[in-house]
Amino acid sequence: MITLKRPAAAVGATLLAVAALSACSSDDTASDTTSPTDSATCALTVTDPWVKATDEEMTGAFRMIENPTDADITVVSASSPSAGMMEIHEVVDQDGSMVMQQKEGGLVVPASGSATLKPGSDHLMLMQLPAPIEAGDEVEITAVCDTGGAVTWTSVAKPFEGGAEPYVPGEDDAMSSESPMASEGAMDMESMQPSESTN
Amino acid sequence: MAAESDQNRGLSRRGLLSGIALGAGGLAVGGVTGYAAASEPSIDEASATALGSETVDCFGTHQAGIATPRQAHVTFIGLDLRREVNREALVRMMQLLTDDIVRLTQGRPALADPQPELADVPARLTVTAGFGEGLLTAAGLETKSPYWLTAGLPGFKVDELQPRWSDGDLMLQVAAEDPVTVSHAVRVLLTDARPFAKVRWMQSGFHRPANTAPTSTTGRNLMGQVDGTINPQPGTEDFDQVVWIPADGEPTWLQGGSSVVIRRIEMDLRVWGGMDEMAKEEAIGRRLSDGAPLTGGDEFTAPDFEAVDANGFEVIPATSHMRLAHAQDSTDRVFRRPYNYDDGVDEDGKPEAGLLFTAYMADPDAQFVPIQQRLADADVLNIWTTPIGSALFAIPPGFSEGEYLGQTLLG
Repeated sequence: MITLKRPAAAVGATLLAVAALSACSSDDTASDTTSPTDSATCALTVTDPWVKATDEEMTGAFRMIENPTDADITVVSASSPSAGMMEIHEVVDQDGSMVMQQKEGGLVVPASGSATLKPGSDHLMLMQLPAPIEAGDEVEITAVCDTGGAVTWTSVAKPFEGGAEPYVPGEDDAMSSESPMASEGAMDMESMQPSESTN
Repeated sequence: MAAESDQNRGLSRRGLLSGIALGAGGLAVGGVTGYAAASEPSIDEASATALGSETVDCFGTHQAGIATPRQAHVTFIGLDLRREVNREALVRMMQLLTDDIVRLTQGRPALADPQPELADVPARLTVTAGFGEGLLTAAGLETKSPYWLTAGLPGFKVDELQPRWSDGDLMLQVAAEDPVTVSHAVRVLLTDARPFAKVRWMQSGFHRPANTAPTSTTGRNLMGQVDGTINPQPGTEDFDQVVWIPADGEPTWLQGGSSVVIRRIEMDLRVWGGMDEMAKEEAIGRRLSDGAPLTGGDEFTAPDFEAVDANGFEVIPATSHMRLAHAQDSTDRVFRRPYNYDDGVDEDGKPEAGLLFTAYMADPDAQFVPIQQRLADADVLNIWTTPIGSALFAIPPGFSEGEYLGQTLLG
């Protein structure tokens, strides 16, 4: 028998609850990446989260993040049980072609404002995927904030034909022996092309 | 049943409101343009906006798009599941499609919507899903198939069915008052279905839109006939009995569900168009002008099948479509929700057009097959019409917020 997952229809609604709940505590996932104090919180809320379904090694995560507080909050890192590592990316014009690269200083969600993560723009990148993320899968993502604390939400995997800008590893990546992007170079740019192998 | 009648009430209330808006807006427009261009009446802006923003509740005991007043535009999609798709994958697919349906029918973009700008005119959008026998097989749930789905429809001697218009594992009926809305919804749904299924066929149909013909009038098909006079009325007990699989019906996962037969009926419009009016009327058994039976009265007057003319011939001929389609008892009745189709012409100008015969009923074997058998055997309309596609699907019941379409089977 299959295990029933939360219906996709409910993801948008329940996500808010998940985000709100985790907003008030620094959770275990976050403490692996940063060292938030016990009192640290992250007040960000997340709506309509999705990731691009893929059988490649990388994929993007998208949604709108709202900041109800009166101070800017920066997402400094993210993690997911479905990915070996995650990065915060931006898409920039490099000599006339759009490429994506790591976003310096993290993702700033302005006070009483929002940040929209979408294909062709800022997004979270799931990398070193141990297994394909199939359409309809649910992917848990935790984002760590500069205020300490973290928000965790569940994204649904959607078939999507865009979001295929070539990835240009930053200098930090290139010098890190742990980065698959550096060691495999151009091969990994190939992997960012739209997946046509879903048949 | 209560939920459905609520849905109907909601709709008619909205319909009434849009009618009021039309009246008021019409006055305003008249006031502005009264002296300028009285000979060029424009579409009333208020009523256009009202129709575009109308929504149909996607939640309920039954799926929307059946008892819902027939929208002007439809696209039916028949899908074949990819070989590797199993029950677990079907759950994921139906969750994705359900989320799309919930968002789009309420005028919101889908998640990952490729064109979110097109989502803000819901225009009474409904999406209705049907399951073919192949879907139950893929899920390993053949034992839960209703007997009529396992058996399939029998062949009829008039059939010239083409695989490209027939069968399928999953059917989506996407209907709205605006063809752009339908197109966008189809695009979103097919994007999400693509990892799981291939498109087997796609058929689009149309009717006169609500802003050119009152929804209360019976539509005409492309042969010019008033088509759909005898039809159970949504919101009545009669309709419920004809259409819905009852709360104690079998199989249990289909309680509150239904079945649909979709048949592509090609019309030989050039030959038909050359016929004289009397021959046309005797073929159908009704007057072309107003749809009244040849025995007189108006469209809704009961036909007198016993009446004979001075020579002793039946006034409504034995081979007329209406006489043969007419129910012989209380069992052989269906709810028709048909659409015209027009896919252009061939190089010689021959229309590729006809009727997307669409009928909903609780038990197609008991309700549809006897009617179709009579028509196939003797209907004189068969001279000008040819069934070239046919498909049968089980219609799962409706769903509530937090559930997904098909959960009673796949969950």
